[in-house]
Amino acid sequence: MSGSTITIDALGLTKVYGSGNAEVVAMRDVSFTLSSGEVVALLGPSGAGKSTLLTVVGLINTLTSGKLTIGNDLVTDGPIAKVDLRSYRRRFIGYVLQKANLIPFLTALENVQLALEINDVPARTARARALELLQYLGVDHRVDNLPHMLSGGEQQRVAVARALANRPRLVLADEPTAALDSVRGRQVMELFRSVAHEHGTTVLVATHDHRALDVFDRILEMEDGVLQSDHRNSEKAG
Amino acid sequence: MNLAVRDIRHNLSRFSLTAVGIGMLLMIVMGMGGIYRGLIEEATLLVDKIGADLWVVQYGTRGPFAEISRIPRNLEDRLRAVPGVRQARAFATYAVQREFRDKPLRMQVQGLSWPDDKGEWLPLIAGRRLGAAHYEMIADKILGLQLGDRLTLGKNHFTVVGITSGMSSMAGDGLAFFTLLDALEIQYDYSGEAVRLERKARRSRLARIDIGNTLPTFLERTELPSASLPAIARPPVSAVLVQLEPGADRDAVLATLSGWTDVSVFTRDGQKELLLKGVVDRARRQLGLFRALLIIISAVIMALILYTLTLEKLHDIAMLKLIGARNSVILSLILQQALLLGLLGYLFAFYLGQWVFPRFPRRVVIMQDDLLFLALIVAAISVLSSALGIWKAMRVEPNEVVS
Ligand SMILES: Nc1ncnc2c1ncn2[C@@H]1O[C@H](COP(=O)(O)OP(=O)(O)O)[C@@H](O)[C@H]1O
Ligand SMILES: [Mg+2]
Repeated sequence: MSGSTITIDALGLTKVYGSGNAEVVAMRDVSFTLSSGEVVALLGPSGAGKSTLLTVVGLINTLTSGKLTIGNDLVTDGPIAKVDLRSYRRRFIGYVLQKANLIPFLTALENVQLALEINDVPARTARARALELLQYLGVDHRVDNLPHMLSGGEQQRVAVARALANRPRLVLADEPTAALDSVRGRQVMELFRSVAHEHGTTVLVATHDHRALDVFDRILEMEDGVLQSDHRNSEKAG
Repeated sequence: MNLAVRDIRHNLSRFSLTAVGIGMLLMIVMGMGGIYRGLIEEATLLVDKIGADLWVVQYGTRGPFAEISRIPRNLEDRLRAVPGVRQARAFATYAVQREFRDKPLRMQVQGLSWPDDKGEWLPLIAGRRLGAAHYEMIADKILGLQLGDRLTLGKNHFTVVGITSGMSSMAGDGLAFFTLLDALEIQYDYSGEAVRLERKARRSRLARIDIGNTLPTFLERTELPSASLPAIARPPVSAVLVQLEPGADRDAVLATLSGWTDVSVFTRDGQKELLLKGVVDRARRQLGLFRALLIIISAVIMALILYTLTLEKLHDIAMLKLIGARNSVILSLILQQALLLGLLGYLFAFYLGQWVFPRFPRRVVIMQDDLLFLALIVAAISVLSSALGIWKAMRVEPNEVVS
């Protein structure tokens, strides 16, 4: 783990939903940096603003104010996008959401392969890499099944494979283990860690599952839209 | 990876049903076009098939199809004397509706100017042309008559000696061909009682006027059939058809005939124009309008179908955007499905039509050009009607996956 290169630089991130009486400040003046190869947990009660933070950093939610830099690029300055966000997502960011959200008419393999193909990886190479990932995640016996034939855990592992397919710089996961039992949940968390440590990927995971916290290098805690603490993980596993 | 095909494979039965539904709709559009063409073809069929260069009719009329025309049969002889005329034959046409085997039989009677015209030009599919001056007929197959069938028309029996195909009148009735004399006899058939009453009436008319008293032999003559009465003309015919000598100057013949103040003359194209611009004009416009409406309705229905297809996929489209898929990926997913739906619908319409249209009671003419035109329209509809779905898809935000 290098930990030296800054991947994400968030400065004063603020997100306000709605306006007037219906105004909700979901995230207020949140600043932090993330280095490459770091696995970071984002803790906080429901409604704390974890999803808001992840969607903003994942470039699928507009900022109200603040600056977000990924690598050397200023990506968004307040609500104004400075890069082509979709192309940025395609190349640099992988997502795992609470639900797997696989494309229902594609097989497990095709779901992963598609993520590669939209990034201009030739079909053959994409297929081979997808297969390799699914093997790694232990769902290779399910490659030709449609998502509805897979269990929740299997679907989630396919979604993880999809998120990792393009070797993104940044992986964002929003309560990825909510649908999994504790053993499977822990496996996914450990997978994130090994990906981060082996490939230098930055991983940010929102969770309120405290059982697997030892997996993380660092813990951010949020409450009422404000970042309360940011500390190295003391109970970190070997 | 082709997303459109994979999505269809996943929802195969529903997609096929939708394609069948669209196909049926398109078949109706196709059929409507075919009925429109059929109407035009039926209207001008006889004029085309008979192939006369000039149609000579009663002065001032637009006969014999658009309105009634009556001219004396001896006009034939006068026309034969005109330089450049090779052949002149009398033409009589009228509709009759009788019973045959306890079913109504509606036919358009055509008189052929025997012996010049034995029906050589008719498209026979069975039997032969007319071989005798009387009591034979040629019937079109849509009349449902068989070779050897005997029909009683007027006081005579007629035997079917030939069957044609595709010969129908403007009203869609089958044509039946008789010698001209037979045709006129059927048309001017009176019952014995009517003849007796007419003779009585003649006698009383003669008694009231001078000539009956001064020429008593004239009174005897009233017993004869009207054709033998010198003062009364033979039954008139509808028109006389003129065939010109090869290389004859049509305009010169027309100029000569324009000096005849008892007849009007039309060229073949002129006669066809009378039919299309006059007789079937309203029906033609009605069908044309109906067809246009059907095309619009198909477009609206297809748009709705494609819109719902897209709406159902909105979540997946948002997910595609989330993982960074380009708009072209999403666009081609929607467009390819739209085009495939159009294509399958069109093919279904085409093949179903091949089977259904020949079973229609009236002629349905599917022309190559119309097929091509419809194919282009379907392609255009597919593209345009997916616009609504595409518009919606372009608007969906990737973070809608999360909510
Ligand atoms: N699209 C939205 N519109 C309005 N309010 C929202 C929206 N999304 C989230 N919120 C509000 O923002 C706050 C933070 O929500 P969220 O980021 O989902 O928290 P968490 O993921 O930690 O549960 C909550 O009060 C929530 O109701
Ligand atoms: Mg949340």
